[in-house]
Amino acid sequence: MGLFNRLIAKVRGTSSASAVEWSEIESELLASDLGPTLVSALLAEAKKLPGDDVENAMKEILRSKLSRKSRAISSGDSTQIVLVVGVNGTGKTTSVAKLATRLHEEKQSVLLGAADTFRAAAVDQLTTWGDRIGIETITGKEGAEPASVAFDSAKRAIDENVNYLLIDTAGRLHNKNDLMAELGKVRRVVEKVAPVSEVLLVIDATTGQNGLMQAQIFSEAVEVTGLIVTKLDGSARGGIALAIESSLDIPIKFIGTGEAATDFAAFEPEKYLDGLLA
Amino acid sequence: MFQTLTSRFAGAFGTLRSRGKISEKDIELAIEEIREALLEADVALAVVESFTENVQNHALEILPTLQAGSNQAEAIYSVVNKELTEILGGGARRIRFAKKPPTVIMLAGLQGAGKTTLAAKLAKFYKDQGETPILIASDLQRPNAVNQLQVVGQSVGVPVFAPEPGNGIGNPVKVARDGVQFATSKLHSMVIIDTAGRLGVDAALMQEAIAIRDAVTPDEILFVVDAMIGQDAVKTAQAFQDGVGFDGVVITKLDGDARGGSALSIAALTGRPIMFASVGEKISDFDIFYPERMASRILGMGDVATLAEQAKKAFDGDTAKKLEDKFSSGEDFTLDDFLEQLEAMSKMGSMGKLLSMLPGAGQMKKQIENFDESEITRTKAIVQSMTPLERRDLKVLNGSRRARIATGSGRKVSDVNALVDKFTAAQKMMKQMRNGGSIPGMPPMPPMPSGMRGPGGAAKAPQKKKSKSGNPAKRALENGSIS
Ligand SMILES: Nc1nc2c(ncn2[C@@H]2O[C@H](COP(=O)(O)OP(=O)(O)O)[C@@H](O)[C@H]2O)c(=O)[nH]1
Ligand SMILES: [Mg+2]
Repeated sequence: MGLFNRLIAKVRGTSSASAVEWSEIESELLASDLGPTLVSALLAEAKKLPGDDVENAMKEILRSKLSRKSRAISSGDSTQIVLVVGVNGTGKTTSVAKLATRLHEEKQSVLLGAADTFRAAAVDQLTTWGDRIGIETITGKEGAEPASVAFDSAKRAIDENVNYLLIDTAGRLHNKNDLMAELGKVRRVVEKVAPVSEVLLVIDATTGQNGLMQAQIFSEAVEVTGLIVTKLDGSARGGIALAIESSLDIPIKFIGTGEAATDFAAFEPEKYLDGLLA
Repeated sequence: MFQTLTSRFAGAFGTLRSRGKISEKDIELAIEEIREALLEADVALAVVESFTENVQNHALEILPTLQAGSNQAEAIYSVVNKELTEILGGGARRIRFAKKPPTVIMLAGLQGAGKTTLAAKLAKFYKDQGETPILIASDLQRPNAVNQLQVVGQSVGVPVFAPEPGNGIGNPVKVARDGVQFATSKLHSMVIIDTAGRLGVDAALMQEAIAIRDAVTPDEILFVVDAMIGQDAVKTAQAFQDGVGFDGVVITKLDGDARGGSALSIAALTGRPIMFASVGEKISDFDIFYPERMASRILGMGDVATLAEQAKKAFDGDTAKKLEDKFSSGEDFTLDDFLEQLEAMSKMGSMGKLLSMLPGAGQMKKQIENFDESEITRTKAIVQSMTPLERRDLKVLNGSRRARIATGSGRKVSDVNALVDKFTAAQKMMKQMRNGGSIPGMPPMPPMPSGMRGPGGAAKAPQKKKSKSGNPAKRALENGSIS
């Protein structure tokens, strides 16, 4: 039983928790990176309830913060173009590989686009993954314009009529206006060929309150349609993702739980909530 | 960096400064604000509690010894500053060089923290100081990490010891051991070992890091951590300390807008100093971490060195010129322009403070004292918490965005609303002015936050007869706000 559950157990049966217990619950919630604002709101709601119901009530309140949008990856008859974006080191390239593996196993035809032309050896990293999976990776010359690589991959994907094109992009901090503009251009250029059906923002589960700003600014630049939360195999519980869902209504679609191609799963809300309150 | 934290502190101290005689209650309120700010900045709760408790105790201790007057706030402020500096690592510590070269530095950290890039930056940093570093590619895990190290090593002209291809092939412990041997035989003065990212909870991989450590007995193990990390910083740092152990911390990605409170947590909980900061993707975006500077920065004081650099920018008049051009070309005055104005103003403000210390500056002193910088900082914080889109187009500011901005800047939603209203009104006024034909050479007046009226935020600053300021924002201030 996790610390949180023990606290809940203490509260159970009493008409209400003591100030000390509430402050312990507060610190557990804060430790999940839900953020002080969301935590105070949660506590305010929970304090109105009798002790017996706190555990369920807390979960119910958290559940109500989740997005109601679909968590499935976009699908259709035409080629689905998926753009994967995020700040540096969150696990974009690995997530592209994992998603490709999953789609490939579902017998979908997949093409990779290596539009991270910035980081040293990033193209090789993606190509290595592509080779392992047995799918093709479209690359440009080193230092090529990311938009032009994205454009070329989109053309190839449409020509070959593949089911999915997954485009990996360079990591960028959201406060760098020029890099965000570059990303906007990648999207616009791809859309000259075909519509982008999905933009997935990769959020590292260890991210703190800055994640909200990341999500907001990436959304403004390229209209994020879903989140991938990575590194949930660590000690971080990834509460920032819930804070993002609740404030921006962007659904978490997948989670990453390791470095192997198969350490990847569709997001399961109940499991996640259990983890948050573990 | 640390921007929002800075503005929160500045807010708390602005309030203190505006009091004639600070009471215990005032201190408590300021502490409460500091607590919220630190939590919002991802500082671990345990650290927040002990930090605020210490500050409160010290502040209350010195309170009776303080005379009424403006120095009180500064005294309290220096308590916070000192406490913060201490946590961040006291005086900056440098790398311990080995008595018998090579000096061996091992990097450790989570996946994606930025170790590989950092390895190259560190190598370049010491190469420029006359060392002859070599990089060792012991991250054999992540696809093409070896490759990446070779590329970045080459770009800084530092050799890379990489006998194994990586991608899961090769023994990282053996590579590290052979690498140090190779470096010794080739008389390299420094060895920097890049290792695979690993989670604190991954016992097997932690064991591997320990094995590397034991094989090469490093002079320094540096824990590399991303400035964006949240509350997990505590568990992870603890796990690394209990596992492989580390002697110092490097924070990366400090060029982002994360508040970086985790740095405080890690330093406080492990007692290990933060030694370097990585501030961008270019190899040269790297510096020694200066705790005193950083603490001052966090507190919104700025340090003299930075100030001197910024003064040049503030006084070159570019801002005013740009704004004038913009105005006459018929473009809308945006919040970004406004922010630039505020920035120039606060630079002038701090500059003024510096100037007032110079002999013969008595005349200016009064004006300078009436300049309430904290209000500018607070207004700046609101604008800085807006996204570029929001700054361009205020119409998108719905309730949830306003709430986010309020949280981010540590202000109330009503403060955000007030700024938006005033700004919209000013924008409209400027349009009308323009349509009615503007006065050449007369740039527009941005709206001023209502509190910007000298100490206490109540009385108006003494009105000057005629503005001499070439800076429109400053002139608007002199003329009283248009609110
Ligand atoms: N433990 C763990 N590591 C991950 C996960 N996803 C990615 N990584 C690792 O994080 C590091 C950065 O990943 P990468 O895909 O290169 O990030 P990018 O810079 O965003 O493309 C690599 O070492 C990956 O192996 C995950 O879900 N769990
Ligand atoms: Mg990548």
